[in-house]
Order: sequence, then C-alpha cells, then structure tokens
Amino acid sequence: MDLFTCDVLVVGGGGAGLRAAIVVAETHPGLRVAVISKVYPMRSHTVSAEGGAAAVIKAGDSLDEHAYDTISGGDWLCDQDAVEAFVKEAPEEMLRLEHWGCPWSREPDGHIAVRPFGGMKIQRTWFAADKTGFHMLHTLFQTSLKYDAIERYDEFFVTKLLVDEGRCQGVVAIELNTGKIQAITAKAVILCTGGCGKIFPFTTNANIKNGDGMALAYRAGAPLKDMEFVQYHPTGLPFTGILITEAARSEGGWLLNKEGYRYLQDYDLGKPEPKPVLRSMELGPRDRLSQAFVKEQEKGRTLEGPYGHYVHLDVRHLGEKVIDKKIPFVRELCLKYMNIDPVKEMIPVRPVVHYMMGGISTDIHGATPLPGLYAAGEAACVSINGANRLGSNSLTEILVFGARAGKAAAAFAAEQGGPNPSILAQAHDEQRRLEEKFLRKTGGRERIATLRVEMHDAMEESAGIYRTGATLEKAVEKLQSLQERFHNLTLDDRSYTFNTELTAALELSYMLDGAEAIVQSALKRRESRGSHQRIDYPKRDDKEFLGHSLAYRAVDGPPRIEYLPVTITRWPPGQRVYGR
Amino acid sequence: MSAGVHHTPYHPKWYRRRVSVWWWLQNRTYTGFVLRELTSVFVAFFALVYLWQLRALAQGPEAYAHFLALLKTPLFLVLDGVAFLFILFHSITWFNLAPKAVVVRLKGKRVPDWVVVGLNYAAWLVLSGAVAFIVLRGG
Amino acid sequence: MQPTVALRVARYRPEQESEPTFQTYEVPFRKDWVVLDALNYVKDKLDGSLSFRWSCRMGVCGSCGMKVNGSPKLTCAAFLSDSMPGPIRVEPMDYFPVVRDLVVDITDFMQKLKKVKPWIIRKEERPLAEGEYRQTPDELDTYKQFSMCINCMLCYSACPIYGLEPSFIGPAAIALAQRYNMDSRDEAARERLEILSEHDGIWQCTFVGECTKVCPKNVDPAGAIQQYKLMGAAHWLRSLLLPWGTR
Repeated sequence: MDLFTCDVLVVGGGGAGLRAAIVVAETHPGLRVAVISKVYPMRSHTVSAEGGAAAVIKAGDSLDEHAYDTISGGDWLCDQDAVEAFVKEAPEEMLRLEHWGCPWSREPDGHIAVRPFGGMKIQRTWFAADKTGFHMLHTLFQTSLKYDAIERYDEFFVTKLLVDEGRCQGVVAIELNTGKIQAITAKAVILCTGGCGKIFPFTTNANIKNGDGMALAYRAGAPLKDMEFVQYHPTGLPFTGILITEAARSEGGWLLNKEGYRYLQDYDLGKPEPKPVLRSMELGPRDRLSQAFVKEQEKGRTLEGPYGHYVHLDVRHLGEKVIDKKIPFVRELCLKYMNIDPVKEMIPVRPVVHYMMGGISTDIHGATPLPGLYAAGEAACVSINGANRLGSNSLTEILVFGARAGKAAAAFAAEQGGPNPSILAQAHDEQRRLEEKFLRKTGGRERIATLRVEMHDAMEESAGIYRTGATLEKAVEKLQSLQERFHNLTLDDRSYTFNTELTAALELSYMLDGAEAIVQSALKRRESRGSHQRIDYPKRDDKEFLGHSLAYRAVDGPPRIEYLPVTITRWPPGQRVYGR
Repeated sequence: MSAGVHHTPYHPKWYRRRVSVWWWLQNRTYTGFVLRELTSVFVAFFALVYLWQLRALAQGPEAYAHFLALLKTPLFLVLDGVAFLFILFHSITWFNLAPKAVVVRLKGKRVPDWVVVGLNYAAWLVLSGAVAFIVLRGG
Repeated sequence: MQPTVALRVARYRPEQESEPTFQTYEVPFRKDWVVLDALNYVKDKLDGSLSFRWSCRMGVCGSCGMKVNGSPKLTCAAFLSDSMPGPIRVEPMDYFPVVRDLVVDITDFMQKLKKVKPWIIRKEERPLAEGEYRQTPDELDTYKQFSMCINCMLCYSACPIYGLEPSFIGPAAIALAQRYNMDSRDEAARERLEILSEHDGIWQCTFVGECTKVCPKNVDPAGAIQQYKLMGAAHWLRSLLLPWGTR
C-alpha cells in the first residue's frame, strides 16, 4: 500500500469535480489539490448531457423569473436561499466557461444564443448544438490541464472514506492498473461522483453511475437527502435508454400516442399549438410528462414493442435543415442505434430514469454535516431542484456548486493540520476486507448479474413513476434479502490487474445502499409531490411534508428517516400551473 | 509531462505487440498509401529522363536522334508505361487530397471539397491542352 | 432455438500468462445488439473475468474503442449483424500497450494531449463583467468539426506512423491543437506551432488518411494535420522573407 497526500481531494472528474479542482487551484495556489476518478475525466457522464445549461442573460429575463420557474418546477421543495444564490451566480459561471473556450451556439451577431426549455417561462438555456454536456466537460477538462497544481489519480476506484476524530481525512482506493490498494489522505474531500440511475433497469445513465459517492457518504454517517425523488426523462429510446434531448421538443417536436394524437392536452398541460409554447404541452415539466405516459399506458393508448410500451416523438415537420442545425445528434443517435431517420419517421420513446434530485445532504456552500466532507453536482442535494428538476438547471448546477464546494473545502483545508498517521490502520483494515470478502473468498454462490437484475426488477416495479405503500414495502424486503445474498457473492476474477468484476461488485453494493435509501424515503413520504407520486396518497401535503427527507444509515435494519424543513424566503408555496 | 498525474508510466507486464513488417498489406488504405509514396520514385525517373532529353537536345541533332531511338526500345517503352501509370496515380491522389490542406472560405462559408478538386482537374486539363496544342501543332 | 454467434475474444492475464491468447464464447445473436452488448453478456453470464472499458453506450464517452474483425471501432456502435457471419474477432486497440484483456494503456495520449496546450490562451483576458467574446456562427464553424473529438483513440490505433514511431504526437492531439488555433478567441497559434513543428509533430504525418476513415465523429484529423502543415509552411516562409517579425 502506498500513502499519497494532498490538501483537497476531489472524488469524481466530471463537471462538478473539475470545476471544484480549478477553483481551488485558482483561489488557493498554496494548497495541493487532486482529482481522483474511477474513469478518465473525459469519460465522466457529464459528457452525455445534450440539451443545455440555464442562466439569465437576455433582456426581458430576470433572476427572480429563473428562481420562480425553478422553485415552482420543484414543487416548492427547493431551498429558496440556495435557489437565489444559484440563479445569481449562474450567469457569471457560464460566462467564465465561455471565456475558457466552450463553443456555445451563437446568434448571427455573435452573442450567446438561448433556446426554450421545459418548465421555463422565458428562454434562458445556453446550448452548444445538442452536445452541451460534451463541450462543457471537454472545455473544463482541457482547461484543468493548464494548472500544473492539479494532481490526478486516473482510474483509481474509491472504496471507503477515511474518517478520524469526527473529520473526513481522505480515501482508500484501488489503483485499477495494478490492483494495489492505496490510501490518499486529505484535509478536505469533495464528492462529485454523480447520480445512481443504474439502480433502475431503463435509464439514460452510463454504466459508471452507481451512486458511489452517495454510498460512501452514507456509510460514513452523512445523511442522504430527498432520495425518493427520481426524475424520469420523458423521451428515452426503448431498450438502450439513450436520451433524446428535451431540445427536440423545445425546437417543436410533438408527443403522439397510438392514434397520432398529441395526448398531453388531456393532462392539464395546455392546448396544442403548431409552434412550441413555453411551459405548455411538450414543454411542460418532466415529471408531469412522464406521468402522462403512464396514464396513457393504462388507457391502452400507447404502442407496444419488444422492449415494452412507448409513444412517438414526431419531429418530421421541423424539416431536415432545422434538424441538422439544431438537433443533429438526435438524428445521429436514431440512425445509429435504431436505424430510424427522424426526418422521415417518428422516434419511439418512453420515460426512462434520468436524474436523481436527491443525494448527499449539503448546505448552500456544499458542506455536509460531516466536517471535512463536501459534495457537489448530482451526487449532492442542496437542494435547488426540490421534487423535480427543470431541464438545463443541472449543467449550471455543477458549475455553481462545484465552485462553491471547492472554495468552502479549500478554506476548511487551509485551517487543518495534517492527518494522524493512525488513519493508516483504517486503510489496512479496508485492504483486508477487500481481500477476504472478494478476492480470497471461497464458497459463495451468487453472481453479480443475478442480484443486479433482481434489484432492477424490484425498483422498476416498486419505485417507478407511480408508487404505493404496498409495493414499497415489498421492495424494502426484497432489497434486504439482496443485501444478505450479497454476502454470498462469488467472483470469477481473482486477479489484481484491472479487475473490473471486483469494481462491478463494489458498485453493486453501492447501488444496494442507494436503493435502500430511495425506497425507505419513498415509503415514509406519505404524499405526492413532483416526481414522487403515491397512488395511496395522491395529494400534496404541505402541512406534514414540506420538508426534506434525510436518510441516516442504521447499523442493523432500515435507515432512519428524519425531516428537515424547507427554507422559504420569498415564494410561499403555490400551485404548479402549466399551459395556462 | 505533467508531474501531477499519478499513473504507472511503464509496467513490465504490459504487452506490447510488435508491428509486422507487412503492416502495409493489412488493408486497402495502407497499400494505396505505400504505392502512392512509391510514385515519388517514378516522378524522379521522369524528371531524370527529361533532364537527359534536354542534355541530348543541347548536344545536337545526332545525339538527340540517338536518344529518341533509345526511348523506342522495348525496355524503355515498358518502363515509361509503368511510370506513366504511377504518375497518373500520383496526380489523381494529389488532386483528391488537395481540399484537405487547402480550406477556402468565401464570405464565411467553406468552399465545398468538390469545387477545390474540380478546379485542380480543370487547371490540369487546360494546361495539358495548351501543351498538347503547342507540341502537336508545332511539329 | 435462439440464433447465436461465436465471439473470439483476445485475453491477456498478465498474472498467468506472458502472451495474449484467444477465447471463444457463444453469445445470442440479436438484430439490435452491438458488440458491447455481447461482451456484457459474456461478462454477466459466462465469464466474469473478461475486462473491458465502457460507459455511455451512445458513442460520446470514447471508452469502448476496440478492434472488431481487425478494424478499430467503438463497440457500442458496432452492430453484431454488420460483422456476420461469425466468429467475430474482438481485440484491444493496436499500438497501445495491453494492460489486461481488452484494456490498453492510454497514458501516452494523455501526455500528448497536455503538450499541445488545449486551452484558450490570450494576452489579455476580457473581464467577465463585459460579457462574452463575440463569435459569429461562421467563426464557430471554422473549428467546430475539430472540437467533436471524444478522445476514443481509434485514430491512433489506425495510424501506422504511430505504430512505427510511437513518439509521433498523433492525429487527435493535432486536431485538438488546430481546434484552438482556429478558435477566434484564442491567440496562441504561433506558440502551438512551435511545439508541433518539432520532430515528432505534424511533419511526421505522411497523410495515410486512415485516421479520418475510422473516426466515429467525423473530426477529420487528417484534414486538420494537412491544414496545419500548410499553416506551418506559410508561417516559415513568412518568417524567412520578413524576418523582422509578423504575428
């Protein structure tokens, strides 16, 4: 085992992680900052985001409008002080990225262009064709190369947080190339590891989104906030779950059922117009659109294919020129993965899991209740997204909160002394655990894939778009049994060099923890709000549940769920109204 | 190299495959590439023959007639034929690759590749036509 | 009986063997399956010890580059049906050292990426309060193509020069340098030219053109390199004829 040291350790090399690392290198040049990631940073899932990032820059728009759209979109579960800070810092962060070279799409006169997006009353979504996340990530990564101070640990898989004297002081990680277990100590750790969409079977998320950081924080005693709020994106391809960006709808696409009817008009989302109308019909918020799909399916008005039910997304009327200019990637994806040309045919789509509103609980500076531990991005829950995230807010979120967490962590680290050498004992324990439980284990009978599929089935059935107490209880039991069976796991691969079966097993254990938090939080929240819809409690209950659920891991048994009141500043809870 | 990236720069157990001496037979692009590079030999050959021709011309009508007779021998006919084919290949590949290096923008929009290629071929035809006119008319 | 196809996969377990071997697996054949789906089937059901990289499954992260039947491809974009009949040969990318099975080491590329200074360099930064740098859609168009690189390294795997001379800086790195050179906001074209005119830079390229052929994102690195050569030659000529200095 080697011991590495640094001052600020960023876990995760995606948008939030890289932004945090850059801000530390810029504002605290005396500190040693390192980024540790289980994949090379340009593979991080930020890369697949398509639609855009929201920030107020056009005349006629205002910070209050952005805040209101976000808060009402989140069904009033957003912490309004966080939202106010977010909308205020968003334009500067986005401009900074433009100065770093991000190829934002432009208006003919050279100014930044914006496009309409779901749930937003005024156009404010900046975009880089339909590969915004890709360009943002590559700009951030390439800019980070400018700073020699940023150290990197590429393809190191973190397995545990080191906590000593009530403070987070580093991590234990597997160096994938050699299989060596390494300890990296730090004075502050920032978790930017993304969401956990892979807990569900149909998701836009990549293979690497297993909720690593969420489970790490959870196991270290930090609470997970609002885990029951899982966002379904209304338009993903069946089978692969590949995302068809919201931009296809904001450019004018229509959602049609089996009969070719724009069914959203039946669900209090406005009247169908030939051109897209903001906050109406296909530009309504994601949770309402996904719920409409389920209702259509119950009425038997969706189409059925080999991979389940779906509806059609029709962009044919936009014409080839607009499609190739504004949503070329959509056309490429459909041709490449479904052999369908959206210029001539309709695209089959269905709701797929896309984003976790919930995550590691942080304050508006990115600090978790565990001193020395910070979080930002999808892995964190501040919360600015509340019960339902508006499209194009999360790409901005990673910049704003990546920077905030970076600054806060650096300020904290600057005041700390070095770690106690006794912390190495923990690292050695972890090494022993990995050897005994996985690499040297004999007699196990369960395979990773079997447990994973059963987890998927349970989550799809019980924690989908519509939930009931009964199905959630069933899921709790099932997940419990999966956790027990996990102890009986056997690996084919007992080697050290680039053992991806070991990492898959560890990822499964992270996902089981995340699933447990999701299901328990959903069970305890007896109301329907935003993306959490209970058939047995169909109404929103501000009296009892205008608060964030906090899931604390229990040593034995289900997590303890507590509630934290939502911070309301200027926008008292109201009705979410779209299309009127 | 960044001092700040922790990686294993070299590990004895990594397997480095040897590149075969026959790598260029693996696919059409590679073979075409090697042949294209070989055309340089024939371009040099033509240039030398041309210089030799000029020298023979300078030495007087007898030397020139002797030179022309040599060119008509079977050996030279074959060599010239092969060389001509290679030169043709050389020219065609050269023109086809031109738009890659020469990006022309008119009023902000990029001139399409076929225009650049087409202009090259057009210029070639015009020049060849002019040369042919002078040579064939003159004698 | 469900149709199946044979997958002949290169294996290399450095702790057990000193040379790669092949192992054949029988996987289901489905019309809409790609090679990556087949590899995942192997890992999940048949042999968990097969190591390979993958992530997004939609051709944008660049992780899953491998050789399929001898050609460098993204396995998430290579339909099984395109490589029929079997057996389908899956091997790690060429010209990189093989760490394990289908995983290669790409440290060389990461170092070269940094070498070309792929970031905006300006004498003076515009203050954020003054807003964005103005860039017209046409100006964006001049470099847009080169900015689409997903760093999948298929181009390196296709470049025989890189195979024969591993010190060659390579297609993707040069394309990325050109992306910044052509960006109207950048002012360091000369600085990058000095780096890329070195021995292992653009002049090592002999325009085989295979890199552009295999690029899954139409970046056209070969075009970038030839353009760069022209720029480099023009710059050299200018500095020769006007030695008292131009930009």
